[in-house]
Amino acid sequence: MNIGVLALQGAFAEHEQMLSKLGVSSFEIRQEKDLKEDFDGLIIPGGESTVQGKLLRELNLFDKIKALIDGGLPVFGTCAGLLLLAKEIENDERVHLATMDITAVRNAYGRQLGSFYIEGEFKGIGKIPMTFIRAPYIGAVREDTEILAETNGHITAARQKNQLVTAFHPELNEDLSVHKFFLEMIAATHKA
Amino acid sequence: MENNRFELNKNLAQMLKGGVIMDVTTPEQAKIAEAAGACAVMALERIPADIRAVGGVSRMSDPKMIKGIQNAVSIPVMAKCRIGHFAEAQILQAIEIDYIDESEVLSPADDKYHIDKTAFDVPFVCGAKDLGEALRRINEGASMIRTKGEPGTGDVVQAVRHMRMMQSEIRRISSMSEDELFDAAKELQVPYDLVLYVHENKKLPVVNFAAGGVATPADAALMMQLGAEGVFVGSGIFKSGNPEKRAAAIVKAVTNFTDAKLLAELSEDLGEAMVGINEQEIELLMAERGK
Repeated sequence: MNIGVLALQGAFAEHEQMLSKLGVSSFEIRQEKDLKEDFDGLIIPGGESTVQGKLLRELNLFDKIKALIDGGLPVFGTCAGLLLLAKEIENDERVHLATMDITAVRNAYGRQLGSFYIEGEFKGIGKIPMTFIRAPYIGAVREDTEILAETNGHITAARQKNQLVTAFHPELNEDLSVHKFFLEMIAATHKA
Repeated sequence: MENNRFELNKNLAQMLKGGVIMDVTTPEQAKIAEAAGACAVMALERIPADIRAVGGVSRMSDPKMIKGIQNAVSIPVMAKCRIGHFAEAQILQAIEIDYIDESEVLSPADDKYHIDKTAFDVPFVCGAKDLGEALRRINEGASMIRTKGEPGTGDVVQAVRHMRMMQSEIRRISSMSEDELFDAAKELQVPYDLVLYVHENKKLPVVNFAAGGVATPADAALMMQLGAEGVFVGSGIFKSGNPEKRAAAIVKAVTNFTDAKLLAELSEDLGEAMVGINEQEIELLMAERGK
């Protein structure tokens, strides 16, 4: 299995380390020619969604990545990655890849003083560490989007078919279970 | 594990990696910076080049001006306080700044002590010329480090010197045998556990950016290739001929810092770079403030 990690800006190296701990190979996507490599899944890391959204467009990655996701490529977005995948953002006119039927709320917990750590339930996994950094949450899900975690009354993880998103950062803690969950999603796609 | 502010603050710096943090003095400039792809902005009344030109005592910016910038953009907003001026830092925390830069660019308020940054909930970034300075600031609670460089000069030579010094000292510590680390800690004037961290992980315990003198996409790529995890650009953008274009080009240069062909395209037609001052012509060495 080979995972592409979008490496335009943000915490992409942390995801690569998680994958390497799980014995899975990964490579960085920084420009169009990097998409030539064969890969089974895509991770969109935390960072600033405005920066990543702009660079996706200007480095000619936007249409190709959107088509791959629409075509069923398994994708895992954390924090900014969630915002890039959301079809709607409640407090921002700019949407980006807009492939997932969720409404995100940007900077939903306010500035850095609102960042927090908590241990919470993740459906099918159990209690896991969750680190929220200037994080969004999901205001609403539609269609066949399944809620996977709720934190203090707000949706913080969800899945729709090939797309998995978390408002928190599994890549910042030692726990590998959410990444494993994503790899199992990919394995199931291969079987289907 | 409960909320650990130091961890959360280190984590925010991790989210800024691979990005460009730009100095801005007005909400309009902040919007230009955000649109150009800045991952954060540094709100200050005067950019370093003007601080140099004007002279006199340079202090924390007017909170009203900082709030104006906070309201103008959705990305993190940083602001500077003077070295050792914990009251300015308290004020910046009170207006919920995302990161405080305890900065040698402003006039130092204390010539001996830095701020005890462990006493704050908001994160701090501090400048360093070498590994000892970096680890001393981390020990005081800094959750992000940047090279000091020489702000407001447009001359990258000192940022290069500081980054090379830090990287070479990290390599030296990494290759030591464990019984040599105690003496290294003494020599660097830092606690043993921080030296041990560097020895085991071959890097600083926090994110390390380049700052001070970056003026072109090539400068940014140079600093990234030397091991910076992101770049601060101060005077380099809004003291140049075409700030929008230059800012956007530097952002792309940081993402694709090893692709010389792309860097060549990005370096085309950027208009005039900031004029700059050479190292030998500088009367005030800001990097010598706060060790």
